[in-house]
Amino acid sequence: MNGEPERSRMDNLSRREAVQLMAGVPLLVAGLSPETIRRATAFASGAIADPRVTVPVFFTPHEWETVRILVDLIIPRDERSGSATDAGVPEFMDFILNDQADMQDPIRGGLAWLDNECRDRFGKAFVDSSDAQRAAVLDDIAWPAKARPELSNGVEFFNRMRDLTASGFFSSKMGVDDLKYLGNTVVAEWNGCPPAALARLGVQY
Amino acid sequence: MAAHMLTRAGARVIMLEAGPMWDNTKDSAMLKWAYESPRRGMSTKQRSFGEFDAGLGGWELAGEPFTKAEGTDFKWFRLRMLGGRTNHWGRISLRFGPDDLRRRSIDGLGDDWPITYDDLKPWYDEVDRLIGLFGSAEGLPNHPDGIFLPPPRPRCYELLVKRASDKLRIPCIPARLSILTRPLNGRPGCHYCGQCSRGCAVNANFTSPNVLILPALASGRLKLVTGAMAREVTLDRNGRADSVLYINKADGTEQRIRAKAIVLAASACETARILLNSKSSSFPHGLANGSGVVGKYLTDTTGTDVSGFIPAMADHVPHNEDGVGGAHLYMPWWLDNKGLDFPRGYHIEIWGGLGAPSYGFMDGIQDYPSGGGYGKQLKDDFRKYYGATIGFSGRGEQIPNEHCYCELDPEVVDRWGIPVLRFHWQWADYELNQVKHMQETFRALIAQMGGQVQSQMPTKENGYGIAIGGSIIHELGTVRMGKDPATSALNSYCQAHEVKNLFVTDGAPFVSQADKNPTWTILALSMRASDYIVRERKAGRL
Repeated sequence: MNGEPERSRMDNLSRREAVQLMAGVPLLVAGLSPETIRRATAFASGAIADPRVTVPVFFTPHEWETVRILVDLIIPRDERSGSATDAGVPEFMDFILNDQADMQDPIRGGLAWLDNECRDRFGKAFVDSSDAQRAAVLDDIAWPAKARPELSNGVEFFNRMRDLTASGFFSSKMGVDDLKYLGNTVVAEWNGCPPAALARLGVQY
Repeated sequence: MAAHMLTRAGARVIMLEAGPMWDNTKDSAMLKWAYESPRRGMSTKQRSFGEFDAGLGGWELAGEPFTKAEGTDFKWFRLRMLGGRTNHWGRISLRFGPDDLRRRSIDGLGDDWPITYDDLKPWYDEVDRLIGLFGSAEGLPNHPDGIFLPPPRPRCYELLVKRASDKLRIPCIPARLSILTRPLNGRPGCHYCGQCSRGCAVNANFTSPNVLILPALASGRLKLVTGAMAREVTLDRNGRADSVLYINKADGTEQRIRAKAIVLAASACETARILLNSKSSSFPHGLANGSGVVGKYLTDTTGTDVSGFIPAMADHVPHNEDGVGGAHLYMPWWLDNKGLDFPRGYHIEIWGGLGAPSYGFMDGIQDYPSGGGYGKQLKDDFRKYYGATIGFSGRGEQIPNEHCYCELDPEVVDRWGIPVLRFHWQWADYELNQVKHMQETFRALIAQMGGQVQSQMPTKENGYGIAIGGSIIHELGTVRMGKDPATSALNSYCQAHEVKNLFVTDGAPFVSQADKNPTWTILALSMRASDYIVRERKAGRL
């Protein structure tokens, strides 16, 4: 069986905890040394590279830069959890795309489409565009039903990218915690739904 | 089951298995998190249903092709591992009812079985006691009750489904799954992690390796040969089956196992393939195939699915909804076909809710009310809509027809030189109209729940969304039983009419499908055939 450890782990400190440090959230983990906290802070901010994950196999350096910006626009950090890059989504995508030949061209081509669109509109690549310019493009492709027909290729790409980002984020430890998923555990006695959940749906045993 | 029964009766048994050893207590990925793997649970070539699924094999096997006749769309799911496809199933353990065994007498379509429900009932009872299942006594016509362990309480969204189905007058009752809700025969009760499909590491559900084969091995009377690809059953001068020729996959050599009786249980189509490849001067068209029916009357369960977003389920109260590895409720067939434009029924399976997040999590978020988006709004949408989808799968009875069968491909062989199967498939209007009814019913259920279906009603041109033949993985009927040796290959004890020491105990002997999953009937038939083998052997007739 595949026993590879979670990628977002660093030493005994998770990325999530590191992010919490960054965000000034009080740490629940006791006994951290100042050096660990310094390393965690640096790690979360990208100053210390994790050698296992920083060299993409599938993505080119330019694509890598694009993806890291894009996935954090799709799933940003908020009060409940970190961002897509905090959860290791770019690394997850790099693995999946390297593994799945039929997904490669749509994503690679879609990233190129994004650059083409930005160059047409702003004269520069997506990564060199301003926050407002990036948002302007995404606003046009992120809602399929409202998108202009001539942007259908961008819509198709963004649907894929959003799905992949969600897969990577919510299947991570950070994402599972964010969703408050409480299963995958041994239940001694199955009692069905708790009263609050029954009440929420207006059903009863 | 045959190995279990025969060794229990004192016989010495050799089992040929085309794949490797499998033991859930050692090989299961139970309780693993998606994030423990870089692919987050996504499928692999060898594991079509996700990397943690127990099933080793898939829709395509390297070096083992099959072919399809022109115009045929067919899928063939094969597992190469100890216990085969009992490692991949929904544990839905339904008895066939009295009417299911005599359809021709009732409406002239299909054929009657050579046995009645009364012949099978004691064996169903025995299977219930040996393997165990949960369910509830309902007394419904043609849906016989079994010897049930208590069913688990429904999940709360299943109660919502039941409320809708009550309104539409569709019975919704506890599922009947071979998962232990109480300890049985030395096996513990379920711990409700919802991961039966990964193989249960404590054996609280049924797979043949852990409940039947490994205990048979422990008896010392079973010898297991793995990596053995059966090619042919040979005959002696008296017309009795005397050996199986197989390829040792490890070194490609041909080997021979001699036996006094031979039981084939390689899955319906693979068993037919072995018989068709066992040609001799007395059986030029394949062993036990004087009738020419081997490979014919192939059927699969019909299927189609509809899912919907249920606004009432949004913003859920977090709780552990895993439960058993399957639905806690289901809907057995409830209508009289006399008033419908299709002659056979179906049952409805329910799914949805708060599954463990893994690869593919909430794909297609743009189909939810927000219509897509990105950023903080999107992240909140995932939280809001997570677990707010339910789906229904219809599983119905196909009537055997002359256009659905498998035969040997005259040109293509597998990597061991064994001719492969070529499939022919064509649905009839019976099935298409039935699946249309499923689609309409599921859409009505979702509407009743206040939900929004995320797909268009399929048209007749696209088969009303009927699943491709073979894809429900219930192939049956390729070596059918019957009273008349001219129109069947086996008698009612799964014994070849023409070769008395040859038996078939997988899905091949079935005369027809039912609106029920076949596993429990395969087990009951196999147990009955095994008991017959023991009795015939003791009487000196075998």
